[in-house]
Amino acid sequence: MQNARPNQLFRNMTAKIAAIPMILTALCVFVGGTVWTIVYSFTSSKLLPRAKFVGFDQYERLWSTSRWTVSLENLFIYGLCSLVLSLIIGFLLASLLDQKIRFENTFRSILLYPFALSFIVTGLVWQWILNPEFGVQSVVRGAGWIGFSFNPLYDSELVIYGVLIAGLWQGSGLIMVLMLAGMRGIDQDIWKASRVDGIPMWKTYILIIIPMMRPVFITTLVIIASGIVKVYDLVVAQTGGGPGISSEVPAKYVYDYMFQGQNLGQGFAASTMMLLAVLIVVIPWAYLEFGSKNRG
Amino acid sequence: MDKVNRLEGPAGPRPKKAFSGRNIMLYGTLIMVSLYYLLPLYVMVVTSLKGMPEIRLGNIFSPPMEVTFKPWVKAWSEACTGLNCEGLSRGFWNSVRITVPSVIISIAIASVNGYALANWRFKGADIFFTILIFGAFIPYQVMLYPIVILLREIGLYGGLPGLVIVHSIFGMPILTLLFRNYFSSLPEELFKAARVDGARFWGIYFRIMLPMSLPIFVVAMILQVTGIWNDFLFGVVYTRPEYYPMTVQLNNIVNSVQGVKEYNVNMAATILTGLVPLVIYFVSGKLFVRGIAAGAVKG
Amino acid sequence: MKAMLSALAVSTAIFAASPASAADLEVMHWWTSGGEAAAVGELAKAFDGTEHSWVDGAIAGGGGTARPIMVSRLIGGDPMGAFQFNHGRQAEELIEAGLLRDMTAIAEAEGWLDVVYPQSLLDSCTVDGKIYCAPVNIHSWQWLWLSNKAFESVGAAVPANWDEFVAAAPALRKAGLQPLAVGQQSWQTSGAFNVLMVALAGPDVLVKVYGDKDVDLAAGPELASVFAAAADAREMSQGSNVQDWNQATNLVITDKAGGQIMGDWAQGEFQVAGKVAGSDYTCLPGLGVNELIDTAGDAFYFPIVDDAEITAAQDVLAATLLSKETQVAFNLAKGSLPVRGDVDLSAANDCMKKGLEILAAGNTLPAVTQLNTEDTNNQLNDLFVEFFNDTGITPEAAQARFVDIIKSGE
Repeated sequence: MQNARPNQLFRNMTAKIAAIPMILTALCVFVGGTVWTIVYSFTSSKLLPRAKFVGFDQYERLWSTSRWTVSLENLFIYGLCSLVLSLIIGFLLASLLDQKIRFENTFRSILLYPFALSFIVTGLVWQWILNPEFGVQSVVRGAGWIGFSFNPLYDSELVIYGVLIAGLWQGSGLIMVLMLAGMRGIDQDIWKASRVDGIPMWKTYILIIIPMMRPVFITTLVIIASGIVKVYDLVVAQTGGGPGISSEVPAKYVYDYMFQGQNLGQGFAASTMMLLAVLIVVIPWAYLEFGSKNRG
Repeated sequence: MDKVNRLEGPAGPRPKKAFSGRNIMLYGTLIMVSLYYLLPLYVMVVTSLKGMPEIRLGNIFSPPMEVTFKPWVKAWSEACTGLNCEGLSRGFWNSVRITVPSVIISIAIASVNGYALANWRFKGADIFFTILIFGAFIPYQVMLYPIVILLREIGLYGGLPGLVIVHSIFGMPILTLLFRNYFSSLPEELFKAARVDGARFWGIYFRIMLPMSLPIFVVAMILQVTGIWNDFLFGVVYTRPEYYPMTVQLNNIVNSVQGVKEYNVNMAATILTGLVPLVIYFVSGKLFVRGIAAGAVKG
Repeated sequence: MKAMLSALAVSTAIFAASPASAADLEVMHWWTSGGEAAAVGELAKAFDGTEHSWVDGAIAGGGGTARPIMVSRLIGGDPMGAFQFNHGRQAEELIEAGLLRDMTAIAEAEGWLDVVYPQSLLDSCTVDGKIYCAPVNIHSWQWLWLSNKAFESVGAAVPANWDEFVAAAPALRKAGLQPLAVGQQSWQTSGAFNVLMVALAGPDVLVKVYGDKDVDLAAGPELASVFAAAADAREMSQGSNVQDWNQATNLVITDKAGGQIMGDWAQGEFQVAGKVAGSDYTCLPGLGVNELIDTAGDAFYFPIVDDAEITAAQDVLAATLLSKETQVAFNLAKGSLPVRGDVDLSAANDCMKKGLEILAAGNTLPAVTQLNTEDTNNQLNDLFVEFFNDTGITPEAAQARFVDIIKSGE
């Protein structure tokens, strides 16, 4: 935009006034809250936040805890799989629904409804479906395939994939809807033009539509990624972090130590580490987004 | 399944024949995928219609031998939370009272944010926006106590307005991102043309941007209705009991264990709680039509 | 008259602030399971019998869920009338922050110093000579619950102590029964370990390890034998496949499991299920080895409120909680022991009577929650849930990690 011209100052005033809630939220809540969290991560706060500083003690302890390392590993596996699969599944489903089909509303609602349900029970239902004694495994065995084995939840190597199945089921509908909204924002003339030129549909999607949907992809990426970092309820409901500690995640570590263990300092140290990791991703992104050109 | 291609409005690539191999593939895939997505719902509904002895038999996929609606009645009006045995019905209207203003206000703020960021970029906007994106990743439990203190200082702790503010704050990062990116993917010529016609900030927002952005408003609504309706933590932390949403009862039903977990009641309660967002998904889907953008350019 | 008064109180609740002397007191707690809810009902009934009325604020999900909500209400400046809390070390912070009322006057008027038994209960409510909470019950961890039928079905006698139980385990396993039921919640595993420690190594060891943070003892042979026993328990618990403690108790109630190491709150579940102590199930305090119980328990705290009516109602509630009648009714429902030595619990069942006898004989020890911070306990939870679920961890390796936790504890 031509926002650099000084004579637009007055008109941009309206924009600035309109953005006051955003500015306040960004500064007071997010910056303020983050600084507050970081400061108190250097204290020995227990039940209440209190300014008794202990240096890096909380961090030393954090990194010597096996549960924290296991949590990070799980987050990495879960995050990577969830990111890639959500994007692929979401985009494929959206492009299927975008074929001007009948009953679009019905199909879309079916794919989206899991998003409306509480995580607690979603976790429970998937706990059942994946349970070796009365879930999928027993049904397949009952159908005659005796050697069939599918028991992700009670196997400490596989349990995180069991959580992934439920997570994708719950969240991919939203990604699909987002992609669909993006596709609907695209000028219909593009399709006409590509049809006139005889470009195959899949090529049009990959070469024209996806690049045009870049902003929507970024939105989707942030939504998925923030969901991954904060994944908590699902694990609590489906596995409780078990068997043992093999499906623990960082957010659960943070909450368990803040509220169960009543060691706010330890919880804040863990969340500071999480936020640091996020910063490492967000800052280069902001650089790319705003540094190179005016509009993404 | 015939005459698929006779519907109104512009479309993606046009299917050539109603019964083409392509259509069979298309609907076949959609139906298979739908079945997969529906399987857990099937398990939930079937379980909610069984009695506890039948559930203990352990076949989660079998239809109920004897259909009972008692779990539904119990979930809605009888399940106990401590001494209150009024089920989910107790907090239903509170949930409505919380959700309606929170959804409207949070979407209104965020869409204006996104519009200002996409079309009226002012100095420093990028920085605030980056902070917001960062905010999307902060686990909100960490912010619990700072926000309690913040609300206490501005005198809004314990009431509905405070809770609406909290929901607006935590919805803001994702929603602002959503609107900003959507608005900036719209054809720039529209905006420029309106500017040439002398339209100002609000004029362009209400007359050009809003009508062109229905799909993204639907997405925002889906996000917020679901998030706010299902919220438990903010509802209990930032208000007094007279405002407690129905998820407090849901949490009590599914989290409190009365000797034996009453799975059928849990399932019924979950479906009941999810009904409101579900209805909204379905009804608002009508706004998901395409071709508005093209129409606006030409009309 | 009383009924009329409480009816009046209810109507004021509906039509909001009317300037009657009767107040609605919001009481927050996390007692939501079957026996617990029944017990809270007794407290509410007794309080509603006064001119005030009880407004129930139950939050399910245990202390981890309820605690941040309570703390938020306190620091947000909009406190409830009273709340349940684990007394001891954590509440000290709330007291120091000046959020809680000094209840010493009520305690003196009601003669708590004379009637509360054992006195150590009041000690954990006391900071700088002032009493801040009203203890309502005693809960002890050191119990082994056994299903009589499970043992009869495999032709074994119901064990009288831990060793006999371990010996009978293979027979149960062979018959397709679960020898020891342990849920996945991590505190269950560390709790079971602590019980093993008291029973097999003695109470002094536990007090020294947790109370004095005696690292040498923690690394020594006494603890090594406890870890070996824990490995036995791990073996016996394989295949429980349940999450919550009362699901595990339910395995014992339905005779699918031989036994469970769990606190006396499990009693309430047996009661709700209509089981009779002695004939349906057996309880062994101190695992039948060392007949001892700890004196953990629940207490109510009273925030400072800027409202004379609420303050008056708080006083009444505190007095009501410790009255003889309430103590009997509440503890019978909850399956816990009363905090007064002078009440008649002839209605108590076999297990509670055993507990009362041990209590009267003075065979008590401090609760682990009074010795360790919740933080240390949380670390122990993490260690033992891993240990109980991963047979790859040797008892020696677990003991080494245990020593580290004790070393860092305060």
